Amino acid sequence: MSDITIYPARKIITMNPARPEATHVAVRDGRILGAGTLKELEGWGAYELDERFADKVLMPGMVEGHAHTMEGTLWRNVYVGYFDRMDPDGTVWPGLKSIDAVLARLAEAEAVLSDPEAPLSAWQLDPIYMDNQRVNRAQLDAVSATRPIGVLHASVHIMNVNTRALELAGLMRKGIEHPGIPLGEDGYPTGELKGPEVMGQVGAHVGYAQALTDCDEPGLRAFAKLCVRQGVTTVTDLAAGLSPESVEMMLRVTGEERYPARVVPLRYFMGLSPADLVAEVVRLREMSTDRLRMGRIKVVADGSIQGFSARMRWPGYYNGAPNGMWYIAPEQMEEIFERALEAGVQIHTHTNGDQATELALEKMEAALARHPRRDHRFTLQHCQLADAAQFRKIAALGMCVNLFANHHFYWGDAHYNLTVGPERAERMNACRTALESGVPMAMHSDAPITPLAPLFTAWCAVNRLTASGRVQGEAERISVDEALYAVTLGAAYTLHLDGEVGSIETGKRADFAVLEEDPTAVDGMALKDVPVWGTVQGGRVFAASEQ
Amino acid sequence: MSAALPVTVIGGYLGAGKTTLVNHLLRHAEGRRLAVLVNEFGELPIDADLIEAEGDDLISISGGCVCCSFGSDLTAALLRLAALEPRPDHVVIEASGVAIPGAILSSVSLLEGYRADGVVILADAAGLRRSIDDPYVGDTVRAQVTGADIIVLNKMDLVAEASRGVLLDWVAGEWPGAAVLPVTGGAAPVDLVLGIGGTQGSGSALGHADGLFESMVLKVPGDFDAAALAEAIATGGYGVVRAKGWVGSWLIHVVGQRWAVTPGQGAPGLVCIGLKGQLRRDGLATLVG
Repeated sequence: MSDITIYPARKIITMNPARPEATHVAVRDGRILGAGTLKELEGWGAYELDERFADKVLMPGMVEGHAHTMEGTLWRNVYVGYFDRMDPDGTVWPGLKSIDAVLARLAEAEAVLSDPEAPLSAWQLDPIYMDNQRVNRAQLDAVSATRPIGVLHASVHIMNVNTRALELAGLMRKGIEHPGIPLGEDGYPTGELKGPEVMGQVGAHVGYAQALTDCDEPGLRAFAKLCVRQGVTTVTDLAAGLSPESVEMMLRVTGEERYPARVVPLRYFMGLSPADLVAEVVRLREMSTDRLRMGRIKVVADGSIQGFSARMRWPGYYNGAPNGMWYIAPEQMEEIFERALEAGVQIHTHTNGDQATELALEKMEAALARHPRRDHRFTLQHCQLADAAQFRKIAALGMCVNLFANHHFYWGDAHYNLTVGPERAERMNACRTALESGVPMAMHSDAPITPLAPLFTAWCAVNRLTASGRVQGEAERISVDEALYAVTLGAAYTLHLDGEVGSIETGKRADFAVLEEDPTAVDGMALKDVPVWGTVQGGRVFAASEQ
Repeated sequence: MSAALPVTVIGGYLGAGKTTLVNHLLRHAEGRRLAVLVNEFGELPIDADLIEAEGDDLISISGGCVCCSFGSDLTAALLRLAALEPRPDHVVIEASGVAIPGAILSSVSLLEGYRADGVVILADAAGLRRSIDDPYVGDTVRAQVTGADIIVLNKMDLVAEASRGVLLDWVAGEWPGAAVLPVTGGAAPVDLVLGIGGTQGSGSALGHADGLFESMVLKVPGDFDAAALAEAIATGGYGVVRAKGWVGSWLIHVVGQRWAVTPGQGAPGLVCIGLKGQLRRDGLATLVG
């Protein structure tokens, strides 16, 4: 049996401008020997012709540049989101359009639990689509009075719990004075808990451990199934704790023979001094394998726009809300930037508001003046509100962006009406401006905040539709080709992986998304509906139907 | 059941002197077993000569004190401390430079078995006016100070003598709800920052040696309304930074304008302390009698 496999396909989209399309791709040792015609590839020697993709379209395996593997863990809980969503096993859970529907699904899940004290956990509730109606304690008590219930909001910053959960956490009492714990007319908490500190006290009782950012072992496996279903072969885990136990687990799981994704965890910046943080990440980098790439840092500058915790420049929020909060002091950001530049460690920085972006640019400029380094590719993650001048500055500093294209669909209407107002809402996640400014650009889902699905992300950037169906910011739309580049080579570039993945050409990893239709031939509005058959990752074939 | 464990949050922007104050408290703990929880950035805030032993997640400090990091889970860290043998007398949380300490103390107040003692904010005397105008962090610094029960106005030596009165008036005007302690080198009296409670040099002596503060003991009849008295002391402008003591079957705690009354039995009497020359002894005496 030959060690070369040649796959004919209906079409191969290579992202290699020298030969953008091919009919065959040859694979050896998990890497691409070449893409071209069968005749061209036969020159490599004896081969086996594998025709299983003969009627499929291959494109480079997609690279999700901002996701969290914890989504895999969350799927063990009950999904109560507003939009239809596919779970790791391929079941599509219909979106729930009312609080009653949410309660009904909880009751259904409750009915099949045998242990009356086992917690019932749900996730992805988003009252913003239900006239901001709140779920209260009594409604959840009607689902069960004996077991603790916790319903996590889509924002992951708010949770609703029942009376039993409050009791277990010692919060079912009068006289509580806390801004994160609203009280009912009876003087007891309503069951809504706002903010990680408050949620943390109850979380353990309702199936949510404190560290919401980290996945567990079954979660990491489940997350990989989602990757296969969406054509993703390389995925980031953008705020990983990377404790010794977690690193051991991730090395072991991703090292399993049939683990289908390359995972790139970025070490979350908190918990260590800047000097120790950089040293730790350098140490982790040395432990990396092909399928677990450590050695990068995630810094968070501010909060979220819809949570009004993003840091805004003048004139601030459209509804007059006070400015948001910093997650890091400017001096600390500068020190981490400097030390990382010195050590050759890459940093991705979360900036949502334009003041947070401004600060990151200012500190990057200062740090680069002291520690000049070519090709650092420091990346601003989300960077949702950057204006044209900021994009020009990003380009001048050699930085990249990873824009939150999906946000536009899910919260675009709220941004227009409430958070930033019409003008800035239209230029949010300004993909066109980024490209025209020469900024290397990726786009992301931030799963679990929105679903992992790069073709959907591409659709968002191409059409800029909001959930209500309005085109918001026509001038910032990009073409299908530009969008597909952003979710493959574009994202790979932000991770310094563009020499290894992101295109189908000689020498690269044999990572393909296997599609039923040609995404460049369908109408832009149909991009999100192109069916994904599965993936090839490192030369190994993974069918979505077998996950 | 053991008494609630008091928790004081020390906050303030970078460079204001939080770490200096924490080390000062450890050096002058006067028999208190302090447990220091450091902020999420993990910078070790303890002077090397104070450290007796370093474990994986706990540092032993001379005088029976300990220090550990709370990472992202403050609740778990507090529970660990409460389980230590011997149990600490007082927990000091050093918040990060951009954290809002008032919010941290609110979260502590939700936990059973702990007493949310107060918020102490360090401010750089010479730099405070400038830092609250900073375009990036000005509103954060203001929010920090606004949540203070006690403002430790540090580095007073860097403020020209002639300007000190103006500065103190400005601080008092901007933040009328807080007691203000002007100090140098983070050397704020421990009895003011953490309350009366040491075993050495406290009680009648009250560590007055440095001459920074004074105290008086109120003899309160047992049938006095403890809550009304606590509120009057806290908010009546008597120059009291801290007060603690028993009235009838109630224990009173006053920190700046924050006060709490909990059931408790002890030797009757209420110790009030304030900065030297600022304690309104006559007014306080009139309150009880």
